[in-house]
Amino acid sequence: MKTLLSAFLAAGLMAMPLGIASAQENQGSGASVEANSDAATEDAGEIAAEEGHSESPHYPLKKPEELSWSFAGPFGHWDIAQLQRGLKVYKEVCSACHGMRLVAFRNLEDLGYNEAQVKAFAAEYTIQDGPNADGEMFDRPGIASDYFPSPFPNPEAAAAANNGAAPPDFSLLAKARAVERGFPTFLFDLFSQYQEAGPDYIHALLTGYDQEPPAEIADLIQDGTYYNPYFISGPALAMPTPIADDQVEYPDGAPQTVDQYSRDVSAFMMWAAEPHLAERKATGFVVMIFLVVFAGLLFVVKRRVWAGTPH
Amino acid sequence: MQWLDARLPLPRLMYDSFVAYPVPRNLNYAYTFGGILALFLGVQILTGIVLAMHYAANSAIAFDSVEKIMRDVNWGWMLRYMHANGASFFFIAVYVHIFRGLYYGSYKAPREILWILGVIIFLLMMATAFMGYVLPWGQMSFWGATVITGFFTAFPLIGDSIQQLLLGGFAVDNATLNRFFSLHYLLPFMIAGVVILHVWALHVAGQTNPTGVEVKSSKDTVPFTPHATIKDGFAMVVFLILFAYMIFYLPNYLGHADNYIEANPLKTPSHIVPEWYFLPFYAMLRAITFNIGPIDSKLGGVLVMFGSIIVLFFVPWLDTSRIRSTAFRPMYKIFFWILVADCIFLGWLGSKPAEGIYPALALAGTIYYFGHFLIVLPVLGLVETPRRLPGSITEAVLAKNGGGGAPVGAAAAPDTKG
Amino acid sequence: MSVHDTAEPNRRDFLYIATGAVGAVGAVSLAWPFIDQMNPDAATLALAEIDVDVSQVAEGQSITAKWRGKPVFIRQRTAREVEEAKAVDLGSLKDPIARNANLPSDADATDVNRAAEGKEQWLVMIGVCTHLGCIPLGQSGPYDGWFCPCHGSAYDTAGRIRQGPAPTNMAIPPFEFTSDTNIRIG
Repeated sequence: MKTLLSAFLAAGLMAMPLGIASAQENQGSGASVEANSDAATEDAGEIAAEEGHSESPHYPLKKPEELSWSFAGPFGHWDIAQLQRGLKVYKEVCSACHGMRLVAFRNLEDLGYNEAQVKAFAAEYTIQDGPNADGEMFDRPGIASDYFPSPFPNPEAAAAANNGAAPPDFSLLAKARAVERGFPTFLFDLFSQYQEAGPDYIHALLTGYDQEPPAEIADLIQDGTYYNPYFISGPALAMPTPIADDQVEYPDGAPQTVDQYSRDVSAFMMWAAEPHLAERKATGFVVMIFLVVFAGLLFVVKRRVWAGTPH
Repeated sequence: MQWLDARLPLPRLMYDSFVAYPVPRNLNYAYTFGGILALFLGVQILTGIVLAMHYAANSAIAFDSVEKIMRDVNWGWMLRYMHANGASFFFIAVYVHIFRGLYYGSYKAPREILWILGVIIFLLMMATAFMGYVLPWGQMSFWGATVITGFFTAFPLIGDSIQQLLLGGFAVDNATLNRFFSLHYLLPFMIAGVVILHVWALHVAGQTNPTGVEVKSSKDTVPFTPHATIKDGFAMVVFLILFAYMIFYLPNYLGHADNYIEANPLKTPSHIVPEWYFLPFYAMLRAITFNIGPIDSKLGGVLVMFGSIIVLFFVPWLDTSRIRSTAFRPMYKIFFWILVADCIFLGWLGSKPAEGIYPALALAGTIYYFGHFLIVLPVLGLVETPRRLPGSITEAVLAKNGGGGAPVGAAAAPDTKG
Repeated sequence: MSVHDTAEPNRRDFLYIATGAVGAVGAVSLAWPFIDQMNPDAATLALAEIDVDVSQVAEGQSITAKWRGKPVFIRQRTAREVEEAKAVDLGSLKDPIARNANLPSDADATDVNRAAEGKEQWLVMIGVCTHLGCIPLGQSGPYDGWFCPCHGSAYDTAGRIRQGPAPTNMAIPPFEFTSDTNIRIG
C-alpha cells in the first residue's frame, strides 16, 4: 500500500507541473508585433475593453486548422521541394516587406541547393558593406555568408512605410506565434507532440482574408486594417491580403493557389525558425532508444541486486 | 589510496558517504529524487558553462547570440534546449522532493536543519531560474524581469530605491542584464555548496523512510552501494527519458512563444506569465486585490507570496504530530492531498488572466495554502488518532511481503516494488 | 547475493559488464557535443571568402586585408625584391617547402611557388609569424622582407623564414586573381 501511495505521489506530482506549464504556455500567446505596433488595432482593443469584459471578443476569433506537416511528429523531416517553393514565395512576395535577418544565404544549402547555386542566389541581392578605405559605405553583391537583407533600413522606417505597423521579421515568426490550445488539448499535445502551432497559424492567417466580418466585429475594425478572423491579437491587422492565386510560378507543377502558397511559405518559415528541427528529431530517436535500453538493463541489474532483500 | 587517506581522508569520506552508508531498506522511488536533483544540478551547471562560452550578456546582442547558439554553434540547439528544459525538470524534481518530505515528515526532529537547508536551496533555485530566464532577452524575459523586480517597489519608502539598486537604472536594461548574468553564473555554485551541507545534515541524522520509524538495527538497513546506487541510477535514467522526450520532441512546449520576440521596452505582451514553476506563487501574488489595514494590496500580494515560502521554514515547529509518516495519519493524508491539489489549482489560476472569478478563486486557494500550514498542521497533530506504527522497519517490510495488504500495490505498481 | 551455482555468477557478471559498457558509451557520446561546441561554428566557417580590390596598390606598396580574423599581406613587390628572392639558393633555406595552399603540399619554396600564379610581383600571404603568432613588420630586418619584433624571426622578400626561432615560411592562403585588380581570398 505504501509503495502504491508513493507511486501516486510521484506520478501526481510529475503530472502537476506539466499540466500547469501547458496551461500557461497556451494562455498568454496573444502578444504580437503586428498588433502592438499597430496603433489602429490597439485602439480597437481599447474599445473592446471599454465595452466590458463580457462583450470583449477573444482573439483569434477562429482557431487555426491543424494541417499535416512533413516535419511534425517523432520522425519529422523537411519536404525539400516544399521548402524551395516556400523560399520562392518569400523571395517574390513576402520579402518586399518582411526581412529575415537571422537566416544567411549559406543556410540555403539545407534546402538542397549546392554551393554554386547559393552563391548565385546571394549575388542577386545587394548588400551594404563598409566602411571602405575612404570611410564610405558601399553596395556590393551578396555572398554566401551574408544574411537576408531587410527591406527597410530600420524598424522606424518599416513602420512609417506601412501605416505604423512594422512588418515582423520572418526569422523566428513560426516559433513566436502560438494560438492558445486550451484544456484539455494541451495535455493531448504532450503525447501527439504538437509543435506546429506556428505554421498552422501562419497558414490560417494567410488564407483567412476576404471574409465578411460579423456585424458586432465590423464596428471594431479601424480604417487601414483588414479583417481576418485568425489574427491572434485583434479583429483586423495592418497587412492587406498578401498573395493571390497564380501570383508565383511553381516550376514543379504544384498547385498555384493561395492555400498551397500558404502551406509552402509556412513550412519555409518553420525551417527558418528552427533549421535543426529534422536533425533534432533524428538525434532524439537514437537517444530515446539508447535510454530505454539502458533503463531496461539497469532495471534488471536492480532486481538482481535487491533479489535477496525484501523491502 | 591509503597514502592519500592518511593525509586527506577524502576516499574514506566518499566511501562512508556513498558506499558503506546504511540506508533504510524500505525506501521507495519517491526517495530517488534527491539523487535526480543532484544529477540535474550537474546538468545545468555543465550546459550552462558551455552556453556561456557563446552567450553575450549585452542587451544589444543577447537575443541574437542565443539565436546564434541555436543556429550556428555545433550542437548549440541541443545544449540550449537541455538547459532550458533542464530548469523545468529541475523544478519537477524539486517539487516531488518537497512534497515527499512533507508526506513522510522528513522535516521533523532531528532533521529541522536538513529541511531548512532544503528551503534555502529552493529559494536559491528560484532566484537562479528567474535570472536565467531573463538572459535570452525575449519579450517574456524583459517583462518578467520588470514585473518581478517591481515587487520591491511595494515596500514603502525604500521600495523604489531598492528596485533601482537591483536594476542599475530606472528600468530593466543592459545593466540589469549584465548583473543577472553574473549572478546567474554564481548562484548555482552557491546551490552546490548548500547541497553539500544538505547532504551532510542528511548523513548525520540518517534518512527517513516510508514508515517514519527510525532505524533500530542493522537489519533495517542496506548498504548504499549497490542497493541505493542502482535504484537511484535506474530512476535517474527513467527521468532522463522524459527529459530527452521534451528536449528532442517538444522543446518549446514548456516555454512561451513570446520569448522568441526580442525584448521591446515600449510594448508589453498582452499576457505576462512566468515560467510554469512560478505560477502558484504568481497566483498568490495576484490574489490580494484589497487593502488590509495599513498594508495596501500591492504590498499585501508581495508579502503573501514571500510568506508562502517563508512559512516552509517553520513547518518543523508547526507540525505538532508525534507521528512522522503520513501513511499512519489517516486524516492528515486527506489534507495532504488537498494541499497538493490546491497547489496545482493555484498553478492553473496563475496561468489565467486576472479577471472575472479567477482572483477570487486564487484568494480561496491562497487561504487554504496558509490554512494548511498555520491551522491544519498544528491542530490536527493534537486531535488526530494515528494508526498503529510498526515496531521496526524490518517488521513492516516482512509484514508487507508476508502478504498483508500488498496485492493491490503489487499489481498496480510492479515497478515500485522492484 | 549468495552464489547458488556456477552458471549464475557468469550471467550476472555479464549483465553488470554490459550495463556498465552501455553506460560508458552513453557518457562518452554525451561528452562529444560538449566538446564539439568549442569548434568553430557555422558562421565562422562560412566567413571563408573575401574580395580585395588591389587597384590602388602600386609597385613597392602593400595593403593588409583581414581574412578569418588574421591579417593577409598583399604586396606588389619591386623588381629588385623579386630578383633578391629568386637569387636565394634553395639549399640555404630553413624551410624548403612553399607552404602555398594553392600548390601541392610538397612544392619547393622557390620564389615562383611563393608568388601569385603568373604574377610574380604579387605576394599574398598570411601575415602571422609562424613562431608564436605575432604580426611581423614589413620591409625590415636583415633580409629586406619581414621582421618579427616579438622574438626576432626574419623573413626574406618572398616571406620565407631565414633566421630566428620561427619554424616555417609564412603561409600563403588559397586565393586567386578574379581580375587584374581584384583578389579573392579563401
